[in-house]
Amino acid sequence: MKLVLTQYTELVVLVAVLVLLYGVYLSWTATRLDRLHVRLDAARVALDAQLVRRSAATLELARSGLLDVATAVILATAARSSQIAAEDEREYVESALTRDLRAAFDDPEELDQLRGTPEGADLVQELAAAMRRVQLARRFHNESVRAVRQIRGYRRVRYFRLAGRAPDKATFEIDDEPPAVFAR
Amino acid sequence: MKIGIVCPYAWDVPGGVQFHVRDLAAHLIGLGHEVSVLAPADDDTPVPPYVVSAGRAVPVPYNGSVARLNFGFLSAARVRRWLHEGAFDVVHLHEPGTPSLSLLACWAATVPMVATFHTANPRSRAMTAAYPILQPALEKINARIAVSEYARRTLVEHLGGDAVVIPNGVDVSFFANARPRPDWTTPPGDDGPDGTGGTIGFIGRIDEPRKGLPVLLEAFPRIVAARPATRLLVAGRGDTEEAAESLPDAVRGNVTFLGMVSDEDKAALLRSVDLYCAPNTGGESFGIILVEAMSAGAPVLATDLDAFSLVLEGGQAGLMFPNGDAAALAEAALGLLAEPVRRAALRDAAGRSVLKYDWSVVAGDILSVYEMVTESNAQVSTTRPSMARPGHTGAGITRTGSARFGSLSSLGGLVGFGSGGGSDGPEPGGGADNDSERSPR
Repeated sequence: MKLVLTQYTELVVLVAVLVLLYGVYLSWTATRLDRLHVRLDAARVALDAQLVRRSAATLELARSGLLDVATAVILATAARSSQIAAEDEREYVESALTRDLRAAFDDPEELDQLRGTPEGADLVQELAAAMRRVQLARRFHNESVRAVRQIRGYRRVRYFRLAGRAPDKATFEIDDEPPAVFAR
Repeated sequence: MKIGIVCPYAWDVPGGVQFHVRDLAAHLIGLGHEVSVLAPADDDTPVPPYVVSAGRAVPVPYNGSVARLNFGFLSAARVRRWLHEGAFDVVHLHEPGTPSLSLLACWAATVPMVATFHTANPRSRAMTAAYPILQPALEKINARIAVSEYARRTLVEHLGGDAVVIPNGVDVSFFANARPRPDWTTPPGDDGPDGTGGTIGFIGRIDEPRKGLPVLLEAFPRIVAARPATRLLVAGRGDTEEAAESLPDAVRGNVTFLGMVSDEDKAALLRSVDLYCAPNTGGESFGIILVEAMSAGAPVLATDLDAFSLVLEGGQAGLMFPNGDAAALAEAALGLLAEPVRRAALRDAAGRSVLKYDWSVVAGDILSVYEMVTESNAQVSTTRPSMARPGHTGAGITRTGSARFGSLSSLGGLVGFGSGGGSDGPEPGGGADNDSERSPR
């Protein structure tokens, strides 16, 4: 009887240790996931900031009086739509802005002329930098989404609901290719 | 901005990653930022004031080459102290995918992190064993940079996930403004369709077959047969006797071995030659030497490696020949030496395409990444409560998570110790993009 009890005790201790270790493991996984969610939030903030910066730069250029009036109207409209777009239209509107910018700046000579004035050079420089940053920020954002999804796909994360109430975020898919003439 | 940079390879050994870190640090300091570089170095090695030594690296065989490892707890402690004392806004790791100082820093750091992948080691079965250990560390990185489209593909295939491409930087004006040396230039009238000469340059370790000198030496007698006064200038470390053995006696006089050259001589050499040849047979992820040659105005003839093709824009900014094909190399070289007009066209195209590699552009891009990462992290850590998972509360959530991770990271460090936790990267000759042959400054 005594022997059986000892074995039983050992088993309980063993199970308890295993449960504890698995708990630590789960907690560690939850920490990883939490950190990835923080990283994703930061990446989204950065992406939004760069998109805002891009539309602001476009609007400023459109209102500068340095562009012909037709181009100015197209760019101003596209930039404004990007600023007021609802969340579910974001991707469409930002892609449209990119395409309008590519259409507006397809002629190297016109661009050189625009860069000829100090004000024009500044504005074009700011727009080119903003477009580059949108590209960088979008890559970082989508990479974060991928990393979050990978961990959220783990069985232990789904069974134990380690993701909590954090919503599943989608990647941000837009055309962000700057005009070829902006290439430095 | 307070920037901490971690260089995984020994500071006193010349190599592509080390030069990149050195030049990046110099540029960022020039822009007024506070920069500290953590790198392995012997304690008696003279280092620039911005470099903090992480101790001596010990050579150990790892993944097919000799790695120089900073072993275990002493190094880990130095890394933690450096991070603590530096109080950096952002930490920039180089090659954190290899067992190295960068990986130790990645484990320990709680600030926003940017990582540059210069190359990935070829995938091996042994290394996949380390992947579950690497992954939780690499997840902490906010922004990943690859130095070329090729390095990015390697990263995507081996570690998963994406990266932005920001190329290695080159000081274009340093090469463009170097003065040619008369004894390295072709005498007037000796080049072109009517001449019998020309000068071909090669820079790289001569005892490293991957750099491709044997292919060039095999092709050279054919070139001399058609243009007897052609000269070949070879700069780089290695046993010249052994390298010259394969050469027929008749052409030995046409080849000059310069040994290891200074940065200034390297630029002068690239300015002087009619043709720069890069016959590398593999293992390149970027090819910074091509950009340097192009900056100096040397027409480039290179192997058709993926990495080179990207730099040469598929052949528009420099000519390519099939890998290892000495006959094709000789033919292409003769064609170029006979046609100054074509060389000038290549020079123009190259001059335009190197601008994107200039440090002013590259450092600007890297700074944009730093700014994005630090600004957005600052915002998220102060506005986070609404995003809290059950069980987590308040604005201190980032810190809570990190602290919890920190307490467990020692456990991970223990696990990682055997298969890659406390170590210091393969020797630059092994996996690193190391095509530069310069003396250490």
